[in-house]
Order: sequence, then structure tokens, then C-alpha cells
Amino acid sequence: MQERTYEKYFRQNRLPHIWCPGCGNGTVMKAIVEAVEKRKLPRDKTVIVSGIGCSSRASGYMDFDTLHTAHGRAIPFATGIKLANPELNVIVITGDGDCTAIGGNHFIHGARRNIDLTVVLFNNAIYGMTGGQASPMTPLHKKATTAPYGSVDRPFDACQLASAAGASYVARSTAFHVQHLTDMIAEGISVEGFSFIEAVVQCPTAYGRKNKMPEPAQMMAWLRDHAVLQKAWDKLPEEKRSDKFPIGVFLKRQFEEYTKAYAEVIASAQGGKK
Amino acid sequence: MDTEIFLKSERCKGCGICVAFCPKKVLQLDTLGHCSVVRPDDCIACGQCELRCPDYAIFVDKKVYA
Amino acid sequence: MTEMKLMQGNEACAAGAIAAGVRFFGGYPITPSTEIAETMAKKLPALGGCFIQMEDEISGMGVVLGASLAGRKVLTATSGPGFSLKQELIGYAACAEIPVVIVDVQRVGPSTGQPTSPSQGDVMQVRWGTHGDHPMIALSPWTVRETFDAAVMAVNYAERFRTPVILLMDEIVGHLRENVQLPNASDITVYPRRRPTKSRAAGYQPYEPEQDMVPNPADFGTGYRIHVTGLIHDYTGFPSGSPVVTEKFIDRLHRKIAIAQDEITHYDEFFMEDAEYAVVSYGGVARTAYEAVRKARAKGLKVGMIRLMTIWPFANKIIEQTAEKVRAILVPELNYGQLKYEVERAAAGRCPVSLLAKYNTLLFTPDEIVDGIENLTGGRI
Ligand SMILES: Cc1ncc(C[n+]2csc(CCOP(=O)(O)OP(=O)(O)O)c2C)c(N)n1
Ligand code: SF4
Ligand code: SF4
Ligand code: SF4
Repeated sequence: MQERTYEKYFRQNRLPHIWCPGCGNGTVMKAIVEAVEKRKLPRDKTVIVSGIGCSSRASGYMDFDTLHTAHGRAIPFATGIKLANPELNVIVITGDGDCTAIGGNHFIHGARRNIDLTVVLFNNAIYGMTGGQASPMTPLHKKATTAPYGSVDRPFDACQLASAAGASYVARSTAFHVQHLTDMIAEGISVEGFSFIEAVVQCPTAYGRKNKMPEPAQMMAWLRDHAVLQKAWDKLPEEKRSDKFPIGVFLKRQFEEYTKAYAEVIASAQGGKK
Repeated sequence: MDTEIFLKSERCKGCGICVAFCPKKVLQLDTLGHCSVVRPDDCIACGQCELRCPDYAIFVDKKVYA
Repeated sequence: MTEMKLMQGNEACAAGAIAAGVRFFGGYPITPSTEIAETMAKKLPALGGCFIQMEDEISGMGVVLGASLAGRKVLTATSGPGFSLKQELIGYAACAEIPVVIVDVQRVGPSTGQPTSPSQGDVMQVRWGTHGDHPMIALSPWTVRETFDAAVMAVNYAERFRTPVILLMDEIVGHLRENVQLPNASDITVYPRRRPTKSRAAGYQPYEPEQDMVPNPADFGTGYRIHVTGLIHDYTGFPSGSPVVTEKFIDRLHRKIAIAQDEITHYDEFFMEDAEYAVVSYGGVARTAYEAVRKARAKGLKVGMIRLMTIWPFANKIIEQTAEKVRAILVPELNYGQLKYEVERAAAGRCPVSLLAKYNTLLFTPDEIVDGIENLTGGRI
């Protein structure tokens, strides 16, 4: 068979990965390396930074300089790497709990600074690694081990959060829409500034079993049937939106990127032109 | 169809995603719960299985005749 | 030597770090450490370095660890409440072996405590604040000039041992102004960033230790494609659940510092030749203790002083020797009693160890310490 180009980006001796049968994380990890390939990022100048969680284990399988940080803290580490050496391309892998609960503050401040990171949030709507507790992105009334009667905590829309906080690029896709997802990530990589891509993934083990979707394929069919492309979404009447959600590019804007802005600080401190 | 389906069985976790999304029912989980090709001739090389396999365990190539 | 100038302890800390090659600072403002951040914000860009004010102390710690992995020498500075927040990532740095210096300018706690008042209340937190077993290096200067040296040393140790190093200051020294003469740049020894000594092809493993038990994980962006994690890992850098690997790893973390302990344990001895009593002191308090010891000597008391600069690893040997020699030891501390127990442990019954504790925001007066010494001697001259 023909060797797939994406395979070269994996640490072959680390595969197969630890994720459960049918877990969507593998699909997003592949989409990221396909996007890297598409954007022709030089491999030795690309760093993958992740937090803690099932999703964050991805860094260990990817053949770049990789950093598996602490729970919630991937964005600060990534900020340090990027600012210390702006020629590096930095991709952040995070989970919904990692990014919007314990790391929520770093997430909005990363977006506010508009530092050139590509942040991919693997949203499985649950704490997978610790066995299925509710996350700030668990939908209302869905069950979790810590929400046995259904969650009453109103969830975040991480895309709106990133937009409001000042990101340069905000998009969403799913583990079902593989090519679309790859495109969303690739575009995020090419945007200079804080790029945020929410990848909705199936977690059959911790989320599906608790919420009447134990089969991975069932969950993927759900993604297929409930994700609506942005254009169609705009035309969708309110009453038909209910449990559906939009995918696509929500925001793309230009604003001075942080390391560029800081390079000017250095120039002016060194007596160059302001 | 002139297609070849390759399985890296050591990677397959038997999640059944490829089976569910194959439009031609080419694939099935075997007794050990791994993906197996049961109707190779029906394969239309649509690539759905390869695209959706989260474990990079199944690959579909168009046959190349030397 | 450069010309004399009036300098604050916090400024000397920043100057020392810069002299040792620090080119990246990240942190969050907190009294009484803020001047360090402010000095860095002004000085670093002119040197091509970076300063970044983060959203909290946790990210202040994360950002410098990222920068360190990308090849910069890094510093962060804080005080009590912020130091507490940094703990998890201090452990990360110990586990992933990332060079970093954390300045803690101590203030009265717990909690917000007395934000502008001096304290030595973090001595034990510095050692044991993060979870799990790991060694720690902490240096506590007592003059502005020594703060400069301690900062240079801290950066050098962080790089040499690839470990977090704490510069344990206090409000007294941090805000103290003294006339100092700093060394010329050419007279300062700077430990360079460790680099891989072989290629991947030649079998390079990022966490394989060298002779000195310290590994050389490559800086990011240099083509080695390494993996760094806070999970316990083997020489490859990848996590391992093996009991053997775990035990060897935790052993090595400790041993890489232990085998160098004598070299990194710094202290001064004053009037110890004929001393029958000793004061063991450190940081800003040692300034008062020194004066008190001189006063007591003037009264005819045969008292000497051990001034610890290295707080961790603890200076066991000199305390053992001192305890062997003297009738009693006094440990004055601006806390409820912390290092006293360590001195007592090292003295191991050779002589009694007394605590003189003060925790009401005020400094010791020399006479209070003289009184303490007199109590120790029972009036015996
Ligand atoms: C400081 C800290 N608190 C808690 C944990 C335990 N913990 C590990 S992963 C995790 C949640 C992960 O959920 P998410 O970020 O959504 O990622 P997923 O596993 O679902 O991919 C938690 C709470 C931890 N490792 N560190
Ligand atoms: S628990 Fe969920 S997110 Fe974690 S590996 Fe299993 S399926 Fe994936
Ligand atoms: S999708 Fe992949 S892992 Fe799942 S059954 Fe098919 S080949 Fe196996
Ligand atoms: S390529 Fe299409 S038809 Fe062929 S096995 Fe895969 S999913 Fe079925």
C-alpha cells in the first residue's frame, strides 16, 4: 500500500494510542498533522503543547518537539515558548475541562494578548481522563458522574468566549467532518495571532455511555446530524436550532500579534525607531 | 472495483466506526472484534472507512497495475 | 569592579539575574517583590530579552518554563500568596528538569497576612510546598551585594542541575538600600545552557544523565524532537509506569543535588574560634544577629555566629560541627519557628537548640537577640 503522508508525523513506536475504541481524539490528532502538512510547517520548528486529559495525551504521539504540561496550563507554557522564540510554530492541544475550567483564565488572556498560537480544543463535553465528571462544556441536563441527575450548570460556548476575549480566528468542526476539520485547523495555522478551533469529538466511554449513546458510530452519526454549516445555520429559524450547533469559521480578523508588538518594544528599548 | 483494503490489525480496536459508515457493507467485525473485509468486491473506494477510523488501522488504495 | 552605587535589594536581584544571562521574565505583581518585575520590564527589552506580565502567578510560572524549554534563561519573582500558587509548576520543573529561578520575597502570612511586613515564614514551604519527593535548592542573601551574587548563583545552579532554584529573600533585604560595588561582567562566571553531547543517530536520549547525574534535554527548535512531561519518564522522556524506572528517577533527582551538596552549601562563620555559644541565622535577620553577637562579645560572652546563605539543601555538616563544639545554639527567626527544627535535627542532641521567634511584623532589635543569647548562657561568661 502507499504510505500515508500523515504517518510520518507520528512517533510510530508509540502507536497504537491509549484512547478507547472509537474515541474521536485520534481523528482530531490526524487532522492536526494533516493541517501541518498542508501548511508545510517545518517540523523542527513546530512545537506541540498540551495540558492534561485524554486529549492532551496526543502530544506524546506526535513527532515534533512536544510538551505535555500540567492541567490547564498549556497556554502559558506555549506563550513562553512563542515569545522566547517567535520563529517556532506553536500548536496547543487541550480538552474542554483543561481549557475552560482550570485553564479558563489562561485561555481568555491568551486570546486577549493575541499571541500567535493555534489552539485546538478537543471538546468531548466531559472529563474523560478522570472518568466522566461534568465539565464547563457539558450541555444542560446531560449526565455525568458528578451530575447524576443531569447537569444544571449552564455551559460555556468556547468559540464565543474566544471571540469576546480577542482571538484573531475562531472556528468549530467535528470528528465526523474530518476534511472540514482539517481545513479549519489549517486556516487557523495560517492566521497570525491567536487561533482557536473547537473540535467536537465523541467520547463513547465517559460521555456516551451515560447519555444513551454507547456506540462510537452512534455518536458520530449524532455529530453528523446536529452540526450545521455556518451558512445554513444563519438561515435556520430559531425554533429549529434547538440541539443543533453551527460549524465553520466564525471569526477572522487582523490585529497586531503579540510577539510582533513585543519586537517593537525591543526595538524602541534598544533606541531604534518607535 | 479495483481497490485494495489494508488493515493494520495491531492498531484496530474494533470500534465499529468503519463498519457503520461503509456504504457497501464491505466490512464487519470478526469474532475477536477486529475489523475484517467480508465483501471486498463491493468496495467502491469511497474512503469513508479510512477517513473515519480514529486508530489509522484501515487504508484503501486504488489498485495499481504494473 | 564597577563604580559604587546605591541599590535596593530587589534591584540587585534583577541585576544579578541579568548578569547571569537571564533574558526572560514572567510574573504577576505582588508586594514586596514588585520592583524585581519592574526592573526586568525596563531592562530586558534593551538586551533583546522579554518581559511579560501574566494573568496570575501560575501562568507566571508556566510562561517562564515554556521560555526556558525554548532556550532562554528565566526568572520569575513573587511573595507568599503568589508563591503558594506557583507550587504545582515548581514541582513540574523539578520533574521535567527545567532550569528556572523563583524569587520569593517573604512577607507575613498566612493568607494576605501583613503584606508589607518582613517575615521568614516560607522557609518550609520553599522546601516542601509542592507535592511529592524532590530536592530543593534555596539561597537566602543578607546584604544587597550578596543578593546580586545569590541571583547569579541561583541562575547558575538552575542551569547546572536543571532544577528549580529558589532565591529566598525577605522584605528586609528586598527593600534595603545599600551602597554596592558590582563585579565587572568579565569577573562573573556564568554556567551555560547544557546541550546534547551527541546526535539522535548516535543514540542521544534526552533524559539520559551525564556523569554528574544531570541530563541534557535539547532546547525546543533545535531539531531533536524531544518529549517533555510531568509524568515520571525514562531516559527517552516518555512516561513509564515501571516501579524500577520510578524509583531510579526519584533517586536520581535527589542524588544529582546530594553529590554536589558541599559545593553548593554556603555559609559564614563569625567569632567561632573560641565560641561556647552560637547563633544560627539567615537572611535579613542575620544582620541584626550579627550586631547582637558583637554586642554580646563586648559584654564578654563567648558567642559566635553561623550565617547560612544556602538554606536548602540544609547545611548539616557545619551545624553538626558547631553543635559538637558549643554549649547551646540560638536560632532567631521572624516566624513561629521553622529552621530551628532543622538545626535541632542536625544538632541531634549534641547541644540544646533554642528558638527566638518573632512574628508580629516588627524586626528584632539587637538587644532582643542579646537577651536571647544571655538566656542561653544562663548568665555564664
Ligand atoms: C491540578 C489538577 N487537578 C485535577 C487533575 C485531575 N484531572 C486530570 S484530567 C482532568 C479532566 C480532563 O478533562 P478534559 O480537560 O475535558 O480532557 P479529556 O480527558 O476529556 O480529554 C482532571 C480533572 C489534575 N491532573 N490536575
Ligand atoms: S474516556 Fe473518552 S475521551 Fe478518554 S480516551 Fe476514552 S473515549 Fe476518549
Ligand atoms: S474504525 Fe478502525 S479501529 Fe474501528 S473497527 Fe474500523 S479499523 Fe478498527
Ligand atoms: S472504501 Fe468505502 S466502500 Fe470500501 S470498505 Fe471503505 S467505506 Fe466501504
